Amino acid sequence: MIVERPKDLLIKKILAHGFMLIFLALILFPFFMVLSISFREGNFSVGSIIPENPTLEHWYLAFGLDYTRADGTVVEPPYPVLLWMWNSIKIGLIAGFGVLVIATISAYAFSRIRIKGKSAMLDGLFLIQMFPTTLALVAIYAIFDALGEVSPFLGLDSHVALILIYMAGVTLHIWTIKGYFDSIDTALDKAAAIDGATPWQTFRFIFLPLAVPIMSVVFVLAFIGFINDYPIASVLIRSESQMTLAVGSRLYLNEFRYLWGDFAAAAILSGLPITVVFLIAQRYLVSGLSDGAVKG
Amino acid sequence: MTARADIPVSEGSDLPRLLGVGVISIALLFAAFILYAFGQPLFGAIMLALATGFAIVFGARRFYGARFIFPGIAAVLIFIAFPVAYTIYIGFTNYSSFNLLTYERTVEVLTSRASVDPTTEQPFAVAPDGDNFRIWLPETGLLSDPVALDGIAEAQLNPASEPSTLLERRDAIRLREGLGLLTLVTPDGTIIQNAGLRTFASVTPDYQQISPDTLVSADGTVLTANHDIGFFETPEGERVPPGWRVAIGWDNFERVFQSEGIRGPMVSIFVWTFVFAILSVVLTFAVGLTLAVILQWPHLRFKALYRILLILPYAVPAFISILVFRGLFNQNFGEINLILEALFGIRPDWFTDGTLARSMVLIVNTWLGYPYMMLLAMGFLQAVPEDHKKAAALEGASALRVFFTITLPQIIPPFLPLLIASFAFNFNNMVLIFLLTRGLPDIPGTVIPAGETDILASFTYRLAFDNAGQEFGLAGAITLLIFVVVAAISYANFVAMRRAAQRRSGRA
Repeated sequence: MIVERPKDLLIKKILAHGFMLIFLALILFPFFMVLSISFREGNFSVGSIIPENPTLEHWYLAFGLDYTRADGTVVEPPYPVLLWMWNSIKIGLIAGFGVLVIATISAYAFSRIRIKGKSAMLDGLFLIQMFPTTLALVAIYAIFDALGEVSPFLGLDSHVALILIYMAGVTLHIWTIKGYFDSIDTALDKAAAIDGATPWQTFRFIFLPLAVPIMSVVFVLAFIGFINDYPIASVLIRSESQMTLAVGSRLYLNEFRYLWGDFAAAAILSGLPITVVFLIAQRYLVSGLSDGAVKG
Repeated sequence: MTARADIPVSEGSDLPRLLGVGVISIALLFAAFILYAFGQPLFGAIMLALATGFAIVFGARRFYGARFIFPGIAAVLIFIAFPVAYTIYIGFTNYSSFNLLTYERTVEVLTSRASVDPTTEQPFAVAPDGDNFRIWLPETGLLSDPVALDGIAEAQLNPASEPSTLLERRDAIRLREGLGLLTLVTPDGTIIQNAGLRTFASVTPDYQQISPDTLVSADGTVLTANHDIGFFETPEGERVPPGWRVAIGWDNFERVFQSEGIRGPMVSIFVWTFVFAILSVVLTFAVGLTLAVILQWPHLRFKALYRILLILPYAVPAFISILVFRGLFNQNFGEINLILEALFGIRPDWFTDGTLARSMVLIVNTWLGYPYMMLLAMGFLQAVPEDHKKAAALEGASALRVFFTITLPQIIPPFLPLLIASFAFNFNNMVLIFLLTRGLPDIPGTVIPAGETDILASFTYRLAFDNAGQEFGLAGAITLLIFVVVAAISYANFVAMRRAAQRRSGRA
């Protein structure tokens, strides 16, 4: 930048840091509160940031363990948080893997193989991708309600139904991976074709190994998206044992059974792993996000 | 440049592939048949189309290229395009909790209804007889012939003494399915049936089907099926529930536009949805851009630390942070009100006052969304050439002026598609509304559940899944209206994206 007078610069620095610190204090306030609440006694109590009588009660309950209070009463965990977590992770991993396979193969074809009507299909995919699945919830409910009469395996309350719906959310990821494939030099596939490789072999032995970085980005993005989904899961899943974290967590803050403290511990327990994954991956994720939306 | 798709596959590899394709196609055809047999011809047809498509694309060599995209296209068509079309179709039906069943099921439900004659009601017990069972009626001292209780059966009752072994009640209850299908004939020829868990009695059906569309009730009233409204009607035109699903044309849309109780809240929700989406984009963009500019300042230290802390709201799963805010904003014992009361002596009604609830929704959404904008803005800011800014500063322009005349105009065009996408996302940001307020507080004086913070998507969800009415048809109709808006947005985004791509290739 332009040379500035040292005194002005100092004031500016102080202002900038001051602004940042105040802003951060506001932004991070919920995190401190939740951490503090998870160690407080009871579910309604009011207290200072550092609890006067810290207790591990909520944490025991979050891990699915009974907690014995000082007066001898035993508190049982209100909800199976770990089971919900396992459901979420299981569904996220399977659907994420499915999305990855479908999206990578399709993206390769859209980028490299000559297919009739390809550009029309690409435009169509782009338009469809703008319609969130949440808008078709009524139909999704009706469809799986009807399929459930054929086989409960495919009906409401089944993880298979949820995974199938999630796997259809591939369009955005096809665009992301296609953008990456488009940036790979065509000399590579020409060389492969001269050596007699079929398009499938070119994909399997040349493009797939090259695509590992973008594939991990897509996988993490898809996984986080599925874990965070509330509307679809809440329509399809009704019984407590089948719930995902997003659907189940809502039960904690019910008007009639308000478990603020238990929720705080469960929220930290379940949110922490995803947050850590995200922070590790974020540098790659962000470029993936913007590329997917902009690349033509 | 594209590789040639019609490269010959090495000779002799065809047979195993065709065999595999054949097996999978037959499996899919079988699934189609099962769906059809279970009374789901529509799903059967889709499965049939899938099987045919699969067989053609993977069977014929000339569709080699299409094989790669077949799974993706099929998934999108079946699980996104088809549900969207089906939702629109539901918008033209009366599908709701009053008209939930198919016609066949409705007839089944009505004809299986029966009245029990209380004077003939008597308790029973089940006596095992080898693999079969006998029914023992202690009050009249009758014992039935042995029956297997595994399907529709009829058995004669004869006077007898009490059998030596009788099943426990809970074992007898386990046989209730067979008992329900059993008809007993007393020595004087009266027919009695299972009338509950504990008794047999003479049971007369309430309705009997006399022709495909006519039922006769026990008192002689003739019910006629009215396929326009999906109900059986008495001659006086009284409806007999349950109803079945029928197409009702534009009725749902007429309700949306003509019923005062629906139109009023619809307009208010429609306006709020736009206000919410636009303000969300503007606020997150403004906050994110401001932070990005500060972080971009070369003299600032601890940038990496600030950056990590600032994106934390984005890293934490949204459903968790939204619920955390729901707790923090709680009017009675939420921490935000405790602090506000200690500092200023106020306790805002975040959840019961419409305006405050809407502000809360916006505050939370800004908190959730600014890091994404900040990250994007940091990327785009780097692309703004430094010498342009320097030149302007040398001319004596203030930092603010440089920002608004040099920097902002350069980052807005590439940002535009992302802003539109963000608008579309917030337009349907159901997770936020649902987990934070559930759309509450309710708009006063409405006939349907409609809240001050409801956006169109959450309103539709509540119509369909949240109240006793389960108005799937009406929800479908409103969804079609949302589709129109979303289609317009996606088209705008499509154009913006095309332009961005052209500009990029023009520059390159």
